[in-house]
Amino acid sequence: MTLPPALVAFWDDFRANRVALGALILGAVIIAGAVLAPVIAPQNTYDIASLNLMDARRPPGFVGSSGYVHYLGTDAQGRDVLSAIMFGLRISIQMGLMAGAIALTLGATLGVAAAYFGGRTEMLIMRIIDLQLSFPAILLALVLSALLGQGKTQLVTALVTAQYAYFARTAHGAASAERNKDYIEAALSTPLGPGSVVFRHLLPNCLPPLIVVATVQIANAISLEATLSFLGVGLPVTEPSLGMLIANGFQYMMSGRYWISIYPGIALIALIISINLVGDQVRDQLNPRLKR
Amino acid sequence: MTAPLLAVEGLTTEFATKAGILRAVNGVSFEVARGEVMGLVGESGSGKTVTGFSILGLIDPPGRVTGGSVRLDGQELVGLPGGAMRAIRGKRIAMVFQDPAMTLNPVLSIGTQMGLAIRAHANMSEAKARQHMAAVLTRVGIPDAARRLDAFPHQFSGGMRQRVAIAMALLHAPDLIIADEPTTALDVSIQAQILAEVKSLVAETGMAMIWISHDLATVSSLAHRIAVMYAGRIVEQGPAVAVLRQPRHRYTSGLLASLPSRAQPGAELVQIPGAPPSLTALPPGCAFAPRCPRADRACETLPAMTREGQRVHACHHPVEAGEAA
Amino acid sequence: MLGFVIQRLLQAVVVMLVMSMLVFAGVYAIGNPIDVFLPANATQEIRAQTIAAYGFDRPLWEQYWRFLVRLAHGDFGRSLIFGMPVLPLILSKLPATLEIALAAVLVGTLLGVPLGIYAGYRPNSPLARLIMALSIFGFSVPTFWIGLVLILTFGVYLGWLPAGSRGDTVLVFGVPFSFLTWNGLQHMLLPALNLTFFKLAMMIRLSRAGTREIMLTDTIKFARAAGLSERAVLGRHVLKLISIPIVTVFGLELGSTLAFAVVTETIFSWPGVGKLIIDSITSLDRPVMVAYLVLVAFLFITINLLVDLTYATLDPRLRRGRTA
Repeated sequence: MTLPPALVAFWDDFRANRVALGALILGAVIIAGAVLAPVIAPQNTYDIASLNLMDARRPPGFVGSSGYVHYLGTDAQGRDVLSAIMFGLRISIQMGLMAGAIALTLGATLGVAAAYFGGRTEMLIMRIIDLQLSFPAILLALVLSALLGQGKTQLVTALVTAQYAYFARTAHGAASAERNKDYIEAALSTPLGPGSVVFRHLLPNCLPPLIVVATVQIANAISLEATLSFLGVGLPVTEPSLGMLIANGFQYMMSGRYWISIYPGIALIALIISINLVGDQVRDQLNPRLKR
Repeated sequence: MTAPLLAVEGLTTEFATKAGILRAVNGVSFEVARGEVMGLVGESGSGKTVTGFSILGLIDPPGRVTGGSVRLDGQELVGLPGGAMRAIRGKRIAMVFQDPAMTLNPVLSIGTQMGLAIRAHANMSEAKARQHMAAVLTRVGIPDAARRLDAFPHQFSGGMRQRVAIAMALLHAPDLIIADEPTTALDVSIQAQILAEVKSLVAETGMAMIWISHDLATVSSLAHRIAVMYAGRIVEQGPAVAVLRQPRHRYTSGLLASLPSRAQPGAELVQIPGAPPSLTALPPGCAFAPRCPRADRACETLPAMTREGQRVHACHHPVEAGEAA
Repeated sequence: MLGFVIQRLLQAVVVMLVMSMLVFAGVYAIGNPIDVFLPANATQEIRAQTIAAYGFDRPLWEQYWRFLVRLAHGDFGRSLIFGMPVLPLILSKLPATLEIALAAVLVGTLLGVPLGIYAGYRPNSPLARLIMALSIFGFSVPTFWIGLVLILTFGVYLGWLPAGSRGDTVLVFGVPFSFLTWNGLQHMLLPALNLTFFKLAMMIRLSRAGTREIMLTDTIKFARAAGLSERAVLGRHVLKLISIPIVTVFGLELGSTLAFAVVTETIFSWPGVGKLIIDSITSLDRPVMVAYLVLVAFLFITINLLVDLTYATLDPRLRRGRTA
């Protein structure tokens, strides 16, 4: 299999930044840990029967009643913190990806549609988008999740509502720059028609900036979900994401049982930072203004 | 013969790029006397702009002046520490750029920008500085200059903006001005005005000038001497009249032949075939050989600079008198 | 200019109306607040009376209309939990939030802009890399997490700073402020620091990106060719050029910080509007939620307007003026 040379060159440039490469590897390890959690996690944290209250709140390195070492300690219910983190990551990543993907689709559609139709449609759509962008995403998400109640669907809805506008703005910017070029005018008058213009020209041009925004927004969605769950308005207790793990351990922090909160927090931060670092590098590589 | 104002010798400037070392300026030597206008001519990418920046020590990384010397009144400028070089920039050697819309800061008033340039080299009271600025602006043909000091660049037309840029270069009455295609971005009629203005300025002040251009026509109306650059090297140099009347290097003759004003009405325009070579992959011999109608085996070695009276050229098969280019 | 302001104000009114409708409908679609604050043993009769007293039995549009009419008189209604008018309630909590928000944005800007300019000016220096690492960190780590770590480190482990409540305050024109007393300042430090991290990271990234692009332009080369010192190049040319996006972001960030304060105030039990809104969300205190959201919308529209006006004064290209 041969890759297109542009992609190879891109990868070579990316690889040259050791920090970004390290972030990519770290992110891959974290995601692999989350995906493989049911197979490799020491404990199935959803299986209540496997929990033993005798093992609760034990420090890292404690050997539990079931015989294995709790490398990161146990929480208030006697859950293995490492396993809880791996299962928590699954939920956090799932929420981030779902919110990101839906927001991307919705935002790109609106942005490209605005650029394509122009005129009043464009003005109306972009006016709403701009208005929403001036509103802090966290507040929007907070109020929405409070209004909608707890649950995965509700949370994703809140995240998408808070984030789609960023995608729409980006897509609109790239698409309208392309839309105004002469050849689009020419292509529109051919029998190929609007569909081919949108899918062959406008969308491909929006893709690079959208990818960059997507990485940042997925990281943001994960962070936002954690924040909402920490505040108690995000996911229900039956979905222990990282944010909830941190919130659960918060009360024990004051008494020195730091590990219940700290380790999930470190996992969360490592995930977000690695996504952001990768996104930063990709953005720098895609920014034509920084090329000499 | 008096010592030259500026003596450039073997100047070499390289850029480290992914494709390898790019030698943008390759052993360039020339001299500029006081009061002399020297035209530096070449296609874009021939290294003429980089030559100008190298003289002023304004090469940004990943570029670097890697060899040769630049002497101003005998003082070596290459390798001069930052502070000492800064004292020369704008004071003794000033520079005017191609596009005034890109060089003037859009969010600072003309007066502020000129004031910064004044205070870079002189302690002047605010009132005196404004007086001086207005005087210089008036000299380059800006009407109502005192009032226009508070205007912003976008409030001037292209030609007026370039006059402002020229005025900024004149603030400290420098010995030498490096003008990098200062009229290229302007309308033809404005070009002519600015050229005339510059001509009289040079005559009045006795300052020297390096006029960098790709356009032989504008250079011919202004320059006392001409140096032709190709692929980072000077290929021919001499008194303007001689070089224009009787070019010796085949690149120069090609350039001259392709001037539209030289073409007979109705005749097809002459072109130089091909494109300049990549600076990272120069041929070992004469860089112009791949495009030259007279190239042969001899051209696979680098031609030496041949001196003929006041002029030099680097060609194995120079154009002879009477030969059609 | 006046026409521009009037046009924007009219737009603002329309936006406010739409916002208030959305908020009103949204908030009233959830839960039954009566059950929250009536004792469980209340009789059916008292229940019906209370519902009628609050007008909850009326159709939604009628409730909205009443709300608008009262709003026109400056009355946002009464809090179901605190039993006091909402507007004074929110206003009484506002100074606490403003105090930490303003401190955070100011510190973030005053520190972040110079750091960002440096990082953009010498992008490959070790210090620039350190600054960028700091900014990635501040940008990535959730605010609530930084708050936890701050409390754990300075409050619990080192015991240097208090990690809850406002501390002593001083009345200035009848408004209590913490930053004027030593004790209050100590209480303020951690929450403000918590909020600053994100702002700092944001300002660093913004200034760095701007500076990097500006440094490559001919404007900078021309300034250097005129013999300007690097100090003058950065301090005058670059700073003025990046100040335009920075002022914009400063305004918008000030607004969003008031919103972000929700998280910080919850963690540090800082008695500001953020804590109030979280509490009223959990206790379904509808009038407070509606009033808060409408006020926030108002705040944002005002800030946007101010930002646009500042923009016009900062960027001479946007000023309508004579051309040569």
